[in-house]
Amino acid sequence: MRFQLIGVNHKSAPLEVRERLAIPESRLPDTCRDLTAYPGIEEGMVISTCNRVELVTHTVNGSADLRGFLHDHFQLSPEELDPHLYEFRGKDAVRHLFRVASSLDSMVVGEAQILGQVKEAYATARAIGAVRGQLDQLFSRAFAVAKRVRSETAVGSSSVSIASVAVELAKKIFGTLDGKTVFIVGAGKMSELAARHLMAHGCTSIFVANRTYERAIGLAQKFNGQAIKFDDLYATCDRADIVITSTGAPHAIFRREHGEQFLARRKNRPMFFIDIAVPRDVSPEMAKLDGIFTYDIDDLQQAVSSHVSDRRKEAELAEAIITSEVERFEAKLHTLDVVPTIVSLQDHLETIRQAEIDRVRGRLGSMTPEQEIAVEALTRGIINKVMHTPITTLKTAAKESEATTVIDVVRRLFNLHDKEASTSEKKNEVETRQ
Amino acid sequence: MSLLWLRFALACYFVGLVYAFVALTRTSDLFSRVALHAASLGMVFHFVSLTEVFLSGHVVWASVHNGESLLAFFSMTFFMIVYAIYQTTSPGVVVFPVVFFLTFVAAIDEQPVLLTQFVSHKGWLAAHIFLIFIGYAALLVSFGASLLYLLQERRLKAKKPSSLISFLPALEVIDQIGYRSLLLGFPFMTLGLLTGSVVAISTYGHLDFLDPKILLSLLMWVVYMLMVFTRWNSGWRGRRAAFLATFAFVAALAAWAANYFSAIHRFGA
Repeated sequence: MRFQLIGVNHKSAPLEVRERLAIPESRLPDTCRDLTAYPGIEEGMVISTCNRVELVTHTVNGSADLRGFLHDHFQLSPEELDPHLYEFRGKDAVRHLFRVASSLDSMVVGEAQILGQVKEAYATARAIGAVRGQLDQLFSRAFAVAKRVRSETAVGSSSVSIASVAVELAKKIFGTLDGKTVFIVGAGKMSELAARHLMAHGCTSIFVANRTYERAIGLAQKFNGQAIKFDDLYATCDRADIVITSTGAPHAIFRREHGEQFLARRKNRPMFFIDIAVPRDVSPEMAKLDGIFTYDIDDLQQAVSSHVSDRRKEAELAEAIITSEVERFEAKLHTLDVVPTIVSLQDHLETIRQAEIDRVRGRLGSMTPEQEIAVEALTRGIINKVMHTPITTLKTAAKESEATTVIDVVRRLFNLHDKEASTSEKKNEVETRQ
Repeated sequence: MSLLWLRFALACYFVGLVYAFVALTRTSDLFSRVALHAASLGMVFHFVSLTEVFLSGHVVWASVHNGESLLAFFSMTFFMIVYAIYQTTSPGVVVFPVVFFLTFVAAIDEQPVLLTQFVSHKGWLAAHIFLIFIGYAALLVSFGASLLYLLQERRLKAKKPSSLISFLPALEVIDQIGYRSLLLGFPFMTLGLLTGSVVAISTYGHLDFLDPKILLSLLMWVVYMLMVFTRWNSGWRGRRAAFLATFAFVAALAAWAANYFSAIHRFGA
C-alpha cells in the first residue's frame, strides 16, 4: 500500500489556484512522464478537471516528495500552494480515490461526469506506461466500486436543478409530457430554461405572452411557438397544461376567478403553474382550486434541497460501501504482498537443503535409489514441517492488515531482505524493457 | 377440494394485503414485485378452485360464497389488466384488501346451493351473475383509483418533497385508470341488471320495485350513470369524483347486502 495522492479540489482551493494547476488534455501525457521520472515514484497519473487536480502515485517507499514535484512542475512557491493541498497515503489515498470515482467528492454529489474523466485520465496514463501493476489494480477496483455505488445507492438518480424539478413535478401530474402545451408568461432567462427542459421531455407546443409584444415574438420564434398579446392572456391560457409565469407585476395576475374560468373551459383537466415571479403571479386563493397545481420559487427551491438531502442520505450509504471496499482492497493487496515472501522463503530453504545434501553426499557413499528417495523425503519433510507455521502465520497476517510487520520479521529472521529486493528490481527492469 | 385451492389462493392474497398496508407508508420496488407474483400465483389457485366449483355441476355460482369468490377473482383480473397497461400495482392498495376479505369469507366453508327458485333460468342467471360481477369489479377499481387520485392530489398540493418519489403513478394516469374502468364497467352493470330483471320477471311475472334489492340496485345504477355523465360532461375528478365514487360503492355494498333481506333475491330457502 505505498499509494500516495496529492491534490486540490473545489473545497480546498479557490478557482484562481485550481486554474494555475489545471493541465490541458494535450499536456497530460508529458506531465505523467515527468511524474513517473520524479525520484521515488514508480507509477503515477494525473486527474485534471475543472474542480480538481490530483496526482495519484505508487511510490518506492511510501513517502515520495509529491509537494516538491508540484512546486517544480508548476513553478509555485510552497507558500502559495501548500495551504490548499491535501495529501493522502496508503489506505487514505485508496479511500479518497474511491470517493472521487464514485462522485462522492464532487461539487454536485452523484454527478456522472467525473467517472468518465477519471477513466480518460487512466487511459492516457496507461497508454504511456505510467500506470502498470499497483495503480492498475487500484484503478480497476475504483471503477468497480463506482459502479457498485451507482447501482446500489440512489446517489446519482435524482436531478437537482429547478428546471428539472419542474419537469419531474409536471410528470407527476401528467404522466407523460408528450403533446402537452406550455405557456410562458413574461419572457425571462429562467422561464426560458424551464421551457427548454419541458420541451426536451416531450411538450410540443408553446405560447409566449409578454408585456412587450416584440419580446414575446422573439422568444416564441426560438421555440417555434406562438406569441400571444398580453391582453389575450386569459382567453388563451386554458389551452396550456403547464404555465411558467415570471412577470414583474406587483400583484398576482392569476386570481381565483381566472382559475375557475380556465378549469371550466378545460373540463377540469389539471393545470400546472410554475410561478417563478417574486412577488408571486399566482394568488394563493387560486392555488387552492382543485385541479390547479402551483409551485412557487420557494417550493421549487425546497424540492431541490430535499433532493440534495436525499442524496446526502444515499451518500452515507455510499460511504459505507466505500469503507468496506477499501478494507477488501487492502486485504487483497496484502495477500499479494506475502506471496513473494513465501516464495523466496521456500527458495531459500530449498537452496540450503540442496547444499546440505550435496555436502554430505560424499560421506554417505553410494546409495541405492531407495535410499536416495528416503533422504530426499526426510529432508523435504523436515523443511516442510519447519516452514508450515511461518507460512500459515504469513497468510493469516495478510488478512489482518499486520502483514508488513510479519513480512518484515520473517525476512529478517531468514535473511531474505536483499534477495527479495533484488528480485523485484529485476522484475521492474523486465517490465520497463517491455 | 375447491375450498382447499381457495385457501391456497387466500394465503397468496395475504401477501397482497400486507403490501397494501406497507405501500402507503413506504416505497419498495422489491415488495411490489413480490406482491405481484404472489397475487398471480393466488389467481392460479383461485382459478383452479372456481373451475372445480363449475365442474361440480352445481347451479353455477348461486351460493353467496361462490359468488364472493368469483367477484374476488374478477377484481384480481381487473387489477392485472390495469397492471398490464399502466405498470402500476398501486390500485392494489384498495383492491387487495377487498379481494382478501371476499376470498377469506368465501374460504370459510362450503355452502349449500341456493337461489333454487331460479333453476329454470340457468343461462340467464349465469349471465346475470357474470355481468354484474364484472361491473362490480370495474366499480371497485374505479373507486380505488379515485381514492388514489385524492391521495396523490393531496401530496402534490401539500408540496411534500416526498411526492416526487411516491409509489403513486402520475395524477393523470390514476385519473385514466379510474375513468376507463368506469366506462368499461357501465355496460356490464347495465346488462347485468337487465338480465337480472329478465330472470325476475320470468320467475315472478313482474318486477317489484319496492323490493330493497331492486331499489338499491337501481339507485346504484343511477349513481353510476351520474358518475359517467358528470365525468363526460364537465370532467369532474378529484374530490367531487371521489365522493360520487364512494357513494356508488356504498350503494353497491348496500345492494349486495340487500340479498340478506330481499324477498326475491334471497340466498335462502
